[in-house]
Amino acid sequence: MSAMLVRVSINGEKREAEVEPRLLLVHLIREVFRLTGTHIGCDTTHCGACTVLLDGRPVKSCTVFAVQAHGKEIMTVEGLEQNGQLHPVQEGFTQEHGLQCGYCTPGMLMTSYAFLKKTPSPSEGDIRWAISGNLCRCTGYVNIVKSIQYAAAKLRQGGA
Amino acid sequence: MIPASFQYHAPASIAEATALLVRYGDAAKILSGGQSLIPLMKLRLATPEHVVDINRVPGLEYVREDDGVLRIGALAREADLDGSDLIRSRYPILHDASRVIADPLVRNLATVCGNLAHADPANDHPAVMLALDAEVVAAGSQGERRIPISEFFSGPFATALASGEVLTEVRIPVPPSRSGGAYLKLERKVGDFATAGVAVYLTLGPTGICDRAGIGLTNVGPTPIEAGSAEAYLQGKRVDEGAITQAARLAAEECEPTSDYRGPAEYKRDLVRVLTARALRKALARAGGGR
Repeated sequence: MSAMLVRVSINGEKREAEVEPRLLLVHLIREVFRLTGTHIGCDTTHCGACTVLLDGRPVKSCTVFAVQAHGKEIMTVEGLEQNGQLHPVQEGFTQEHGLQCGYCTPGMLMTSYAFLKKTPSPSEGDIRWAISGNLCRCTGYVNIVKSIQYAAAKLRQGGA
Repeated sequence: MIPASFQYHAPASIAEATALLVRYGDAAKILSGGQSLIPLMKLRLATPEHVVDINRVPGLEYVREDDGVLRIGALAREADLDGSDLIRSRYPILHDASRVIADPLVRNLATVCGNLAHADPANDHPAVMLALDAEVVAAGSQGERRIPISEFFSGPFATALASGEVLTEVRIPVPPSRSGGAYLKLERKVGDFATAGVAVYLTLGPTGICDRAGIGLTNVGPTPIEAGSAEAYLQGKRVDEGAITQAARLAAEECEPTSDYRGPAEYKRDLVRVLTARALRKALARAGGGR
């Protein structure tokens, strides 16, 4: 099948590639653009390790074709840090020990980032609800929730 | 997992989309949210040669009331229902469903119309739409037609859509006064399909007698099931605890569950009884001016 041109903005940078229509967005990001911060976990739409923002909405990039992203804005975990400064969600995961093996972390961060933009003062229940599509198999959810609470507080104080 | 190769089409209108469906017939599949289709393609359970992506057709994201009908367009996402004040305040049964389908990330892409068109008996919206007595709009090369939801699900993953037709809208009557509904689902974990789910919609008369009862069941048969005898039993009755118990028993008799890793058939049948009774109580409370 013929290759198609995909033009996207990824973390603010314009990129393009010729891809087969069956190429998944996560493979475009990792293998074509070589941004390997986004992980592939289950590859079956369950775990959320591959979460990226597509036009601002967190989605599972293993369940989107790269061609569907044509003309859209993608944000990955590499886009969080600005001018050498960790984003408050990254800082929260560092300060509150929000990761053990780290495999789910890029997805957790992207979900948290989008969630806190919409919900600046979440309850613990809101946070657990928001990350219910992201699995942590170290089961470090207690610290992940604390990390997101840390980030929420920091963002409310005007950090980043 | 890599899907089989296909040719990708991104029509700019429904007319273009239906023309592609006519040209390629059974070799083509519509892609809307993709949250069922793409996993099936990755497992190679679906191997369409042509994928017709309708996401670039403008103007299909709507969720709005017009002339006594709630209209949900083909590209309205589940997250749009969850975030809609109109749905939250006027259609709590739809809000219930939009909170338990898959998970929040999947719901950012998954569409309501896709949930119906895919016709998986484990999907949640079919039972809700059966309870609500909805209609779907099918667009084909000859124009549009409306299909009552009770005639839509013809078999597992099979619908009344003809070859060359695309589901463009679901239409739900605006809630009459003294009406209310609820959707209850038991799932093992977030993101799982229902062990069983029950949707109930009640419309009461001025004296509290039931004018109409709609009851739909999820994942307890080869298709979504409308519990017709439980509905007929409730019509014209006062919905008291005795009537709730009997209607729940009838709904349990009407389902056709099979034993699998979510539980034995007997358990699922009893779950339908329990969930039907709970959903009836919740619908009744909402019809009485509660949520």
